[in-house]
Amino acid sequence: MDETLKVTGLVKEYDSFRAVDNITFAVKPGEIVGLLGPNGAGKTTTINMILGILEPTGGSIEILSRNLKEQHSEIVKQTNFAAVYAQMPGNLSVYQNLYIFGLLYHVRNLKEKIQSLLHDFDLEAFANTKTGLLSSGEQSRLNLAKALINEPALLLLDEPTASLDPSVANFIREKIKEWAIKTKAAVLWTSHNMYEIQSVCEKVLFLSHGRILLAGNPRTMPAEYGKKDLEELFISIAREPLFFEDV
Amino acid sequence: MSLSRIYAVFIRQIFLYKSNPTRIVSTFLWIIIDVILWGFITKYIGSFGGATFSFANIILGAIILWGFMTRIEHGLMMAFLEDIWSRNFINYFASPLKIGEYLAGLVTTSITTGICGFGVMLLIAGLAFGYSIFKLGLFLLPFLLILFIFGMAMGIFVSALVFRLGPAAEWIGWPIPMVLSVFAGVFYPISTLPKFLQYFSKVIPASYVFESMRAILADGLLSNLTMNLIISFGLSFTYLLLTYFYFIRVYHYNLKHGTIARFNIE
Repeated sequence: MDETLKVTGLVKEYDSFRAVDNITFAVKPGEIVGLLGPNGAGKTTTINMILGILEPTGGSIEILSRNLKEQHSEIVKQTNFAAVYAQMPGNLSVYQNLYIFGLLYHVRNLKEKIQSLLHDFDLEAFANTKTGLLSSGEQSRLNLAKALINEPALLLLDEPTASLDPSVANFIREKIKEWAIKTKAAVLWTSHNMYEIQSVCEKVLFLSHGRILLAGNPRTMPAEYGKKDLEELFISIAREPLFFEDV
Repeated sequence: MSLSRIYAVFIRQIFLYKSNPTRIVSTFLWIIIDVILWGFITKYIGSFGGATFSFANIILGAIILWGFMTRIEHGLMMAFLEDIWSRNFINYFASPLKIGEYLAGLVTTSITTGICGFGVMLLIAGLAFGYSIFKLGLFLLPFLLILFIFGMAMGIFVSALVFRLGPAAEWIGWPIPMVLSVFAGVFYPISTLPKFLQYFSKVIPASYVFESMRAILADGLLSNLTMNLIISFGLSFTYLLLTYFYFIRVYHYNLKHGTIARFNIE
């Protein structure tokens, strides 16, 4: 089957600074791929380009075999995202936010869909609560509910569990895994939590200075590079990226 | 264009109005104060002997029409600012929402608030001062349409400026109608202005509306009216098109420079 997401030779330059440097990767249906790297490595820049809110300097992004640049509005009907820096408007209620995003994504039987999401994400009691009044865990559940409202074929998650307690983080992780298995959705996931990445991703891409330095299975990679775990490998890449460029 | 997505942008603003009455108050407060203040001023001026026409007709008419246009501009700008204040750009522009649909949603919001504001002004002017804007007869329709189009163009222009320069530039939108009123001859004939300022008046569509309104109400003269309407319609449409393309251009600039994702730090 074709890849859900295919990124080829993607480049983003700001004047003379190259934030993303010629990266190529793909995510297949049902696959959860982790995008790892130190702060400033280019993870969010990559996600923003796939979301269509940042124009690449070069390369191409294909989602479901269609070029994102040429058919943005049509393609993003089948994608969605949750990011720690993109909260739902705090001055609208949980229900109102889901209603508005349901309209934007042309969700059929919207009211039933909202009720089902409120139930699945344990948000029924907060339906009429203003989003800004929710705890960070409740807001993360809402962000994920919104991210699944259109049943996306591609889900982009930028640190979806950042600053959450272990229980809520586990809830979010399980929901996403369950979703990917059930719908065969492709998921691209950034996180700084190596335990999380190992538990959910079949494949990881290590980014540093805008380039993919390593790619592989997060469970076997540490041993392959003589490290005791993924965290130690991460630290090595963050501190000595030049060493891994030669690998 | 998707009506569902335009409706989403519009209904978000309606939810905001419903959720907090201060938004409704801020929409109507200034125009109500303007009508009451100028109503009493014109009543006082009219009490002097020798006046050959009703000041109220001209001044209140001007206040109501200018207030309508200002509400259109501010309504559009406020709806745009709400998305800045709630950091909603990433959510919106990562969705299937097209930039034209977003603008259409903002325009729909400003039409609604503009019409409501206009209704409130008519009500107060009628009840408190016995004034009716309908004295302008059928000419009221093209006047309102020109001011509506020009108000939209101003709202889009200001929003585009804020979109380009960042949230710190939001103050620009508030005084623009007041500044333009100097050149648009809202309260006095354009001929009152020094010659060099009259050139500015010629490129402001609203100035033709207010000159025509005075001519109808004060003198009943209809000469040049058709030409005035044609020129002001032409100018309004031109500005609307130019500002629309400017907004789109700014959007693409922001896409290229990553400003949408980090707009609130600009």
